[in-house]
Amino acid sequence: MAYVAVKGGERAIDNAHAWLAEARRGDTAVPELTTAQIAAQLGRAVDRVMAEGSLYDPALAALALKQAQGDVIEAAFLLRAYRTTLPRFGYAAPLDTAAMLVRRRVSAIYKDMPGGQILGPTYDYTHRLLDFALEAGFSPPSAPEMPADGAEIPPVNAILAQEGLVEGDATTDAEPGDLTRTPLAFPAGRDVRLQTLARGDEGFLLALGYSTQRGWGGSHPFVGEIRVGEAAVAIPPPELGFEIDIGDVAVTECQMVNQFKGSKTAPPQFTRGYGLVFGHAERKAMAMALVDRAMRAEELGEEVTAPAQNIEFVLYHADNIEATGFVEHLKLPHYVDFQSELETVRRMRAEAVAVKEAAE
Amino acid sequence: MKGYNFAYLDEQTKRMIRRALLKAVAIPGHQVPFGSREMPLPYGWGTGGIQVTASVLGQQDVLKVIDQGADDTTNAVSIRRFFARTAGVRTTTHTADATVIQTRHRIPETKLRDDQIIVYQVPQPEPLFRLEPSRVETRRMHGLADYGLMHVKLYEDIARYGQISISYDYPVMVNGRYLMSPSPIPSFDNPKMDRMPALQLFGAGREKRIYAIPPWTEVRSLDFEDHPFRPINAPHACGLCGATDAYLDEVVTDDRGGRLFVCSDTDHCAERRAAGHVGAEGMKEAAE
Repeated sequence: MAYVAVKGGERAIDNAHAWLAEARRGDTAVPELTTAQIAAQLGRAVDRVMAEGSLYDPALAALALKQAQGDVIEAAFLLRAYRTTLPRFGYAAPLDTAAMLVRRRVSAIYKDMPGGQILGPTYDYTHRLLDFALEAGFSPPSAPEMPADGAEIPPVNAILAQEGLVEGDATTDAEPGDLTRTPLAFPAGRDVRLQTLARGDEGFLLALGYSTQRGWGGSHPFVGEIRVGEAAVAIPPPELGFEIDIGDVAVTECQMVNQFKGSKTAPPQFTRGYGLVFGHAERKAMAMALVDRAMRAEELGEEVTAPAQNIEFVLYHADNIEATGFVEHLKLPHYVDFQSELETVRRMRAEAVAVKEAAE
Repeated sequence: MKGYNFAYLDEQTKRMIRRALLKAVAIPGHQVPFGSREMPLPYGWGTGGIQVTASVLGQQDVLKVIDQGADDTTNAVSIRRFFARTAGVRTTTHTADATVIQTRHRIPETKLRDDQIIVYQVPQPEPLFRLEPSRVETRRMHGLADYGLMHVKLYEDIARYGQISISYDYPVMVNGRYLMSPSPIPSFDNPKMDRMPALQLFGAGREKRIYAIPPWTEVRSLDFEDHPFRPINAPHACGLCGATDAYLDEVVTDDRGGRLFVCSDTDHCAERRAAGHVGAEGMKEAAE
């Protein structure tokens, strides 16, 4: 075989992309999926892509999902690479989730409370039996409705707070950090930690949250409240001096309430873990709240022993765009490094053989 | 490219990166955190190098991109295309013609000049990470120039194997102060970094760090008096051009143990062959 230095990288890439486009479209006898269909009917996937892609735009997330053949991490990556080029024209005021339009709200610590339990559109009590009627195409009868009373639904934490049984919100006038502009530094404040978790990988947070329940940094959690709905986004333009609403975002918020025996400075009270995620994403919001609380171990004077409590470990490994890039980069060529490893191993083997022969 | 700034990044971002670069040049070998952006290429594909290149590239520049020493590996092609598309700069495969060279895992064999910049893609900027995973700790160690851990690792290698077992990404001391990862170049390339006339810039996108070696800076590969640093290369000559002083790739030519050793630097090899140098394989083919 005559060796020719590998050429044709350019053509190979073009051909690969052409094949990919064809594979993405699939059988042309089947109608093409529209992004409107994806946005409307694959909402949970769209929500996850927006959360991990860190950009609230259902239409673009649907496009990203289509372009990525439903690969959620690839789709989130597409959104991230898009968002990084967008100019910033302002910063929103903090979301007022107490005032949000709630479509689901449950608490696991009180049977009933002001605002009540609102089950909303949940899978929680469905039986996981494949519904073959869906396969055939199925228009559901419209769900029963009742008029809303329009009253605000106060946060469950406020009930505990009345008795001073739960820690309050940390108040600070400091500008929140911006993870996308300033690289992580340690000690990392809770603002940056929560930002990292909000865009972190759902699977990673789920596993870490789960690990705290199995003894790796346990924190005796209770779901104080989960609420899902639309919260208004307001920006305060400096030239106006007041806030203006620019739209709504769908979010899921989880307030986890955790036992705390007290410390030298704080009386025994419940502490909190917090989760807030774009879209309808209870699993992620709950896992986020568990991990947020676990990472507060040091602050609360608890012993740091488990992975979920190790802030540096959690924050550096939560981002799936970074993780997938670095794991998958192993498929790029490493001929040069491997070659030097080959030579080193050969040299070390030769030395070992020589030593052995000299001994014989 | 329509809708995007010259060389993709917006000017604010470039300014931020240039500031980090200036700081990096002022403190040779020190890792400077920077606000790394998501790029349209994945982390691990060279996002750090791409951001650095985008920030130093001007319209008059001529860009060369190599991966594993070669201009035609798929990732090198992809990055070169990216800049041809977003910056419209001229590109080249000839080392001598380039003003900016972005590289993954190699330093070209042709000596670089003081009017050139070489940009390294860096997967892991922290040279101590295998010994101490916490960046809080390693930062402290760099601050105190506390590099005992690395010396112990090298000593243990010698005690155990009779030699240092690191063959690539071999740690270097820059300007007698900072321990630095030279990126995963083979240790064969390490000596080229020492007092190199060209400016050497390093970008780690995922880890969000930039570092640099100014021209003519001392770069020393760690070693011991009685165990001096030994660059590693296959003990052969290039089968195509006959070079004995170039880093070689090993190509498996058949299933009977056949091997061919060829220059990893494809431009170097092509230029040598154009100048009339022929290796053993070339002579065999000529005889056939």
